[in-house]
Amino acid sequence: MAFITANWNPLGEAFYRKIELYEMGWSLRDGLKECLVAAAPYGGPIALLRQPQRPSSSARPQLEIYSSSGANMASFPWKSGPVRQLGWTVCDDLLCIQEDGTVLIYDLFGAFKRHFSMGNEVVQNQVLEAKVFHSPYGTGVAIVTGASRFTLATNIDDLKLRRLPEVPGLQGAPSCWVVLTQDRQTKVLLANGVDLYILDNTSCTPVVRQTQTTYSLLCLIILALSPLTVCVFQTPPGLSPQACSIVNMAVSFSYKYLALFTDSGHLWMGSANLKDKLSEVDTKVRTPPKQMVWCRRPKSQQPSVVIMWDRLLLVAGECTDTIQYTLDEESVCVAELDGVRIIGGSRHELLQEVPSACQDIFKIASMAPGALLLEAHKEYEKSSQKADEYLREIKEQSVLGEAVRQCVEAAGYEHEPETQKTLLRAASFGKCFLSNYPPEPFVSMCRDLKVLNSVREYTVGIPLTHTQYKQMTVQVLIDRLVYRKLYPLAIEICRYLKTPEYQGVSRVLKHWACCKVQQKEEPDESIAHAVSVKLGEAAGISYSEIAARAYECGRTELAIKLLEFEPRSGEQVPLLLKMKRSQLALSKAIESGDTDLVYTVVTYLKNEMNRGDFFMTLRNQPVALSLYRQFCKHQEQDTLKDLFNQDDDHQELGNFYVKASYKEKKLEARLSLLQSAVDEYNKAKNEFAAKATEEEMKLLRFQRRLDEEKGEALLGLSLQETLHALLTSNFHKQAEQLYRDFRVPDKRYWWLKLTALAEKDDWEEMEKFAKSKKSPIGYLPFVEVCVKQHNKYEAKKYVSKVTPEQKVKAHLAIGDLEGAAEAAIERRSEGEISTVLSRCSPTTDRALLERLNRARSTAAKK
Amino acid sequence: MAHSVRRDAPELPDFSLLKRLARDQLIYLLEQLPGRKDLFIEADLMSPLDRIANVTTLKQHDVDKLYKVEHKPIVSTSDQMVRGCFLYPLTNWFLFPDVVNADKAFGRFRRYKIIFSPQKFYACENLLEEQGIFGDVTTDEWSFYLLPLDDDIISLELPEFFRDYFLEGDQRWVRTAGSALHLLHSVYGPFSKVYGIGRCSKMAYESWREQVEEGEQRARQAEIGNVFLIDRDVDLVTPLCSQVVYEGLVDDIFRIKCGCVEFCPDVTSSDKSIKVMLNSQDKVFNEIRNEHFSQVFGFLSQKARNLQTAYDKRSGMNIKQMKTFVSEELKGLKQEHRLLSLHIGASESMMKKKTKQDFQELLKTEHSLLEGFEIRECISYIEEHINRQVSMVESMRLLCLLSLTENGLLPKDYRSLKAQFLQSYGIEHLLTFSNLKQLGLLVEQQPGETLTVMESRVGKLVNDKTAGKLTDAFSSLAKKSNFRALGRRLNLVPKSDEEYDLRVPRDMAYIFSGAYIPLSCKLIEQVLERDGWTGLEEVTRMLNGHEFAVTDARVKTDSQRIILVMFLGGCTFSEISALRFLGREKGIKFIVVTTAITNSARLLESMLDNHA
Repeated sequence: MAFITANWNPLGEAFYRKIELYEMGWSLRDGLKECLVAAAPYGGPIALLRQPQRPSSSARPQLEIYSSSGANMASFPWKSGPVRQLGWTVCDDLLCIQEDGTVLIYDLFGAFKRHFSMGNEVVQNQVLEAKVFHSPYGTGVAIVTGASRFTLATNIDDLKLRRLPEVPGLQGAPSCWVVLTQDRQTKVLLANGVDLYILDNTSCTPVVRQTQTTYSLLCLIILALSPLTVCVFQTPPGLSPQACSIVNMAVSFSYKYLALFTDSGHLWMGSANLKDKLSEVDTKVRTPPKQMVWCRRPKSQQPSVVIMWDRLLLVAGECTDTIQYTLDEESVCVAELDGVRIIGGSRHELLQEVPSACQDIFKIASMAPGALLLEAHKEYEKSSQKADEYLREIKEQSVLGEAVRQCVEAAGYEHEPETQKTLLRAASFGKCFLSNYPPEPFVSMCRDLKVLNSVREYTVGIPLTHTQYKQMTVQVLIDRLVYRKLYPLAIEICRYLKTPEYQGVSRVLKHWACCKVQQKEEPDESIAHAVSVKLGEAAGISYSEIAARAYECGRTELAIKLLEFEPRSGEQVPLLLKMKRSQLALSKAIESGDTDLVYTVVTYLKNEMNRGDFFMTLRNQPVALSLYRQFCKHQEQDTLKDLFNQDDDHQELGNFYVKASYKEKKLEARLSLLQSAVDEYNKAKNEFAAKATEEEMKLLRFQRRLDEEKGEALLGLSLQETLHALLTSNFHKQAEQLYRDFRVPDKRYWWLKLTALAEKDDWEEMEKFAKSKKSPIGYLPFVEVCVKQHNKYEAKKYVSKVTPEQKVKAHLAIGDLEGAAEAAIERRSEGEISTVLSRCSPTTDRALLERLNRARSTAAKK
Repeated sequence: MAHSVRRDAPELPDFSLLKRLARDQLIYLLEQLPGRKDLFIEADLMSPLDRIANVTTLKQHDVDKLYKVEHKPIVSTSDQMVRGCFLYPLTNWFLFPDVVNADKAFGRFRRYKIIFSPQKFYACENLLEEQGIFGDVTTDEWSFYLLPLDDDIISLELPEFFRDYFLEGDQRWVRTAGSALHLLHSVYGPFSKVYGIGRCSKMAYESWREQVEEGEQRARQAEIGNVFLIDRDVDLVTPLCSQVVYEGLVDDIFRIKCGCVEFCPDVTSSDKSIKVMLNSQDKVFNEIRNEHFSQVFGFLSQKARNLQTAYDKRSGMNIKQMKTFVSEELKGLKQEHRLLSLHIGASESMMKKKTKQDFQELLKTEHSLLEGFEIRECISYIEEHINRQVSMVESMRLLCLLSLTENGLLPKDYRSLKAQFLQSYGIEHLLTFSNLKQLGLLVEQQPGETLTVMESRVGKLVNDKTAGKLTDAFSSLAKKSNFRALGRRLNLVPKSDEEYDLRVPRDMAYIFSGAYIPLSCKLIEQVLERDGWTGLEEVTRMLNGHEFAVTDARVKTDSQRIILVMFLGGCTFSEISALRFLGREKGIKFIVVTTAITNSARLLESMLDNHA
């Protein structure tokens, strides 16, 4: 353990350390010489574009993609135009920015995805320099063209090119520039010799520096004139007058800090808004650096800038001291959230400020609680009683909780599993002496470290630190593993962290399946089988998405096979439609029971197919057919007819014509529609309906004739209504004729005539009618109808004619209780006597009552 | 009737939550269209909307004016209006008025939003696209599935369900029913057992299960124990009978709409009609709603006497007592007084109509039909009914009842009755008959009984095999009602020679004066008693099968005695009364969910085809 501090270097109050992450697995003959290199942050992949050994027209540069540990992931000759800059997007896609402004996008494995252009203007003027930057909006690209104009795209997934205003006096590329994201705005800060400018969407603002006294004077004058104008001039405060020209600049990972390097070898550090100065250091190196990056960490004690020259790496902070490392090979620095990674031809290192927790514990002769706890545990393992002494000491200060916390935290910052273990064991040891220390931080740190160690593994090659991991979240880490096709590891991690299936295992499996279906050499059968076996019953898997991917790859058959596994038939429909499997789509839609889907498919089919096929399809699907019929009933009456025609459904066709006839105003058209209906009914062998329709036609003609002759408005009335109308208007002859022609049942006719006569109060005619022949409805109706018209006198005339069975009723109807009683007693019917009795009131003749009661009892005896 | 409510009867869940949910969503949707706006409401949605959010609530959310939309082009209203919001039921989605194009013709630009209820169909958007106005309007859906009409009645307000599903074979509403069930499940569930009978029930059940599986599940306290789903076409006889229970009779005569009835002037004994809400809040109504009509008058007069006594208390009071009386009791008494006089008016008016000779005869005929007694006389009664043009719907009702109870009409009768009907009421009823035939409401007897038995057996085999895949919407063609056999097996028609005391009902038959126990309710009773369909095989076979019973073993619930009955295709107030009676007897509570409240007139009017 004594060696832990061996690689620590002091910088002011803080320490810096450089840890080796990997020995690179690649074999590059010339290291990183003559290479365009891009490495993605968060331990992302590295892309190299190597210029050919012997420059000749036929030789192509080679594009290679490696993991952080140097394992080759892709390698292919570059056949496109000359590349200015490489860069990685936030989702691990490689951007290759060409001289002509075209940006090509490749995935991790070197498969071409798409391309876009940075504007037409660039094609002539060429890209001089380009930068890829990350902002909350995604990955952006900034270029400066031969015409010294800047163009920005803030998010390449939602491409909006912004051409920035001209910079006065700028010829060719500026000496150095960076992209800043401030106040939700993307700006460019550039230096042209001694001048500094800020470029935003609308303007180019010069930054006035107080390098010369004349400037200061000018400033003073302006100040005196109007204090408000001061704010126009932003200056890096306190940039010493010796500095003449800015040759390099760097902005921190968080866009909060800015570092400027002048040709006099001075390094200015301050806030990115140029308002505050952190420090200024004289590096005493006057050569322009090759690369300059910020090296910070959250809660940094001593933020610093790492400057790289050919053979020298220099760390400069707020204090005047610097740390210097010699570099023995060509290297590239990658800024990270909490340090700088240095990638060389043979090694991959991490340079970072030693976190305070580690400092407290490992600093020589540290008496911090964590350090004491670690010591105590060491002694405990040696079975020495000193352990107790150390523990006592911690407990006396009552800082044991703090000690455990420190050990847990420090474990997260250590890269070596052994050190992690030692620290965690110490923490767990300390925890034993605490009664209510919450277990969560310890447990989650153990979990996190297990995950981190597994992805840092050489074969995986993602050297994430704990800080980065927390910033990045597990979700994103899983995504990255999936992009790298490390499905088993991703699933293991999901299971280990107990991520909910839907976001975890199922998602990984879906990606795996999507990748699987792209394997062209395997037959459909085996892929479908493999997918179904592996995915099995995993929750929340959408087979339709996988099938959609298969279809995109041109494997329709496979897509259909995969869709079979989709349990929700509704999900299958859109893709099936897309694949033009409309019949299948229709049956799936029906299976899903979702009428909306059925409608969707039906409308689609209607537009896609010719009519005959469409109808045939519907015919086999009654559910869809009835839905479509409903639709047609309201929207397209004629289609409905065609549908019935197609099916030879004569009955429905007949109904259709009958219905249509009611909408028709003109009689002739109406008759012809009804005739069509008759024909159809005949074809349907529905004689009854045919006859009824024929009679209706006959009736209509009859009505018309009568309307013309007599001016009666009869058209459209039913037979009964017509008869009634005729009878009430004294057209007895015509009524008779109708009665005969339409074979109206006698009973009905009698009823009709009876009521009609009563309504007209034509009692004479009624009497004649009653005597004309024997009434088929009996004579009780006569009585009732008269009573209804409040004519008891007429009613009485018919009582005598009523059959004996109905006599009681008839008498009661005219209110003749005595008559009713007589009739009832005569009939000796108990029920009828009771009815009469129930109609008796207290005022009824007592004698009558007695007679009735007696009669009832005799009737009951029988 | 003895109101011996069992002490242990469980409490019903609070359904006002459903209203609140619907209102909140509507307000949210309205606020999606910021600023002042006019609201156009499709006529069918007017009354349900009124129960959810009144005008004041709407005005609070920037609604300027309310318009009723009917099936005709809207005459553009004020020029001031810049935003319009349409509330539209899915029923008539293809009839959406083409206001936007009309506006364009006038060179006006307005922002429109169409809110479909309860669902939005992709096809709606398609139609808008075809009309060329898709870009000019925004659409949304108001998932307003359930309207609680009372403490124990929830309606989906889909009166078109019956025709659409059972006649046209349109399964549009099946999913809606499933969603409604899902909503109830997620708010008051989980359910421990689900029973059902009928194809539609089965599909609605499956649709619901699907939605449950798609969504996330939360463990919660179950407020509803078991669920019973039943298709209306399982029992078509019951809704076709004349209702004689007070609430049903009010519905038959005055038509209750969305729990609200409009009493005409001769009831209110004033010169204007009054709209009254009929639910358990109305204390007088609550006590008489389930009573047989013959008992109502006695009850009301008793009530009036009580009221008088309460008023009379005043005479012997000192000032202080009087003060408390006025402040506490008087208002309640006045309210009760008002309601009492209304209901007395209503029952008087009903008495006038119903105690007449012909109504008694009508009931007698109905009862004979149910008993299968003196059929020839019934037929001649119906004939006379038709000949005298008493009432078209009534005639049709009797014809259907005859066909259903007798397993179809004899060919001779079928023809002559139909011919007479057409002569009486016009030939357009040819279409109505075709509809009735398709539904199995009015059919011709097949010659040779044995043949039809064979036929139905073969039909059943075919059905079973393809039931899952093919939904033959027109299976009803071959359907038989088997009413007699069912009646014997389930003892639906009590022996007529016994005197039935309507004051103390023995069984559910009291709702039809003791002549008939509604089949639907009897089935529910049997299944609950047997905890499934075992022992009812014969019955289900006669009902065309599709019965199911699913137990969710995971759910352990204390609310076993709260039972939700869902009628697909509507139910009548009489059936609700019967279930309430059954609940009281068994110490359980029924919640009735129905696609709509129906009665014989509504059912048959939906079969008419002259509206098109």
